[in-house]
Amino acid sequence: MSTVVTSVLADELAVLGGFDAGVCMNCGVCTAACPLGLDLLPRRLLRHALLGMAERVQGESEAIFSCLLCRACEANCPAGVHIAEDVRLLRRWLLGKFEEAQ
Amino acid sequence: MALPTRDVVGVLSDNMRMRGSVLPVPARRASRWARRLGLPMGGPTVLYTGLMYQIIPYIGSLSRLQARVAASPLARFGGLARLANRASRGYGLALVARPSRQEQAELDRVPGNVVRLLRAAGVDVGYLYEDDLYTGALAYDLGSDEVVASHARRVAAAFARHGVREVITIDPHTTNMLRSVYPKLVEGYDVRVRSYLEVLAEHAGEARAPSAGRAVVHDSCVFARYEGVLDQPRRLLAAAGVEVLEPLQSGRHTWCCGGPAESLYPEKAAAVAGERVAQLSAVARDCVTMCPICLVSLRQACGARLAVRDISEYLLDARRSQAGVGVST
Repeated sequence: MSTVVTSVLADELAVLGGFDAGVCMNCGVCTAACPLGLDLLPRRLLRHALLGMAERVQGESEAIFSCLLCRACEANCPAGVHIAEDVRLLRRWLLGKFEEAQ
Repeated sequence: MALPTRDVVGVLSDNMRMRGSVLPVPARRASRWARRLGLPMGGPTVLYTGLMYQIIPYIGSLSRLQARVAASPLARFGGLARLANRASRGYGLALVARPSRQEQAELDRVPGNVVRLLRAAGVDVGYLYEDDLYTGALAYDLGSDEVVASHARRVAAAFARHGVREVITIDPHTTNMLRSVYPKLVEGYDVRVRSYLEVLAEHAGEARAPSAGRAVVHDSCVFARYEGVLDQPRRLLAAAGVEVLEPLQSGRHTWCCGGPAESLYPEKAAAVAGERVAQLSAVARDCVTMCPICLVSLRQACGARLAVRDISEYLLDARRSQAGVGVST
């Protein structure tokens, strides 16, 4: 399956707030520090959003709403990404999609 | 089978929009502790509970109810719960999930503890009674910003109406909402916000209470990583004669109690809480928390391995044990 890279989703998230996942270096420290131990969170999730994979992000709603927003990832992030706020912005975006689907 | 995220988030958002709290409880019940202490209404400095200690036992009960529904054939009809919650009068589904009387009484005691500790430090506070509203912390975490912004304006209007210039909070989530989130949501919001731990630490002298045993401290993620409240609880506990022990992950690197996932994914919350209980119980049997979510989450997970108590109980015990210190009980 081919993926078309687009900034549409990242642009929508930027309008909602300061979505700053673009400075992520993809090092994986956040994933190692996550108390939930989910492989998906947070770097792969942020990558999907940055690549504009809207349907995939919608399919990841359980991971997005599972996040504890505890900032254990941020305390260790060498790039200083505001990961918890980025996840919260993804929730805002998903709530809009939930309402549209009703 | 987990209940659909969309439906559970929908119930919580509807409650916030319709009833002013994700899990509304009757205002008179939530503020009855203050009547017993004779706190004056309003004033320049008020204690603001944000109802967190009063609401959390209901969240725990609701998630236990949710776990039972999720394990039953009813799980396929999560959308019906949202419709029933919208259509019901009064407090919606909140009163279906009534917590045990003992659990409720213990958490209701915490705001009174805080007033007694503040009075002993020479700090007098007023209270807003029916205008002590939930701040919308959980709804904000879930991304319902528009609903929370509207509610925040209501809270700010109550502060203005009662002449409030300074707010003293109890729990980390209310502290974070009023201090760091509301300024982004409400234009012209100008209220000084400090947690009672910060206020007490400012007033603390050099006196040390007699030894009151040892306890492992569990930092709240929000106090430690959002609001920088790290040193104050340790100083206060040390002054209260408590030998503070640190778990494997503490301070800025504290490990979450799992509680934030409780309302949507109780099983995941329990797994995280179980890991934290293992870290804490490896150090001591007595454990100090400073957040009602942490308290309830760790208690649910610990069995007989830990005795978890709120920090206000430790601090008040020390005051009571010091001869000649007048702390009414």
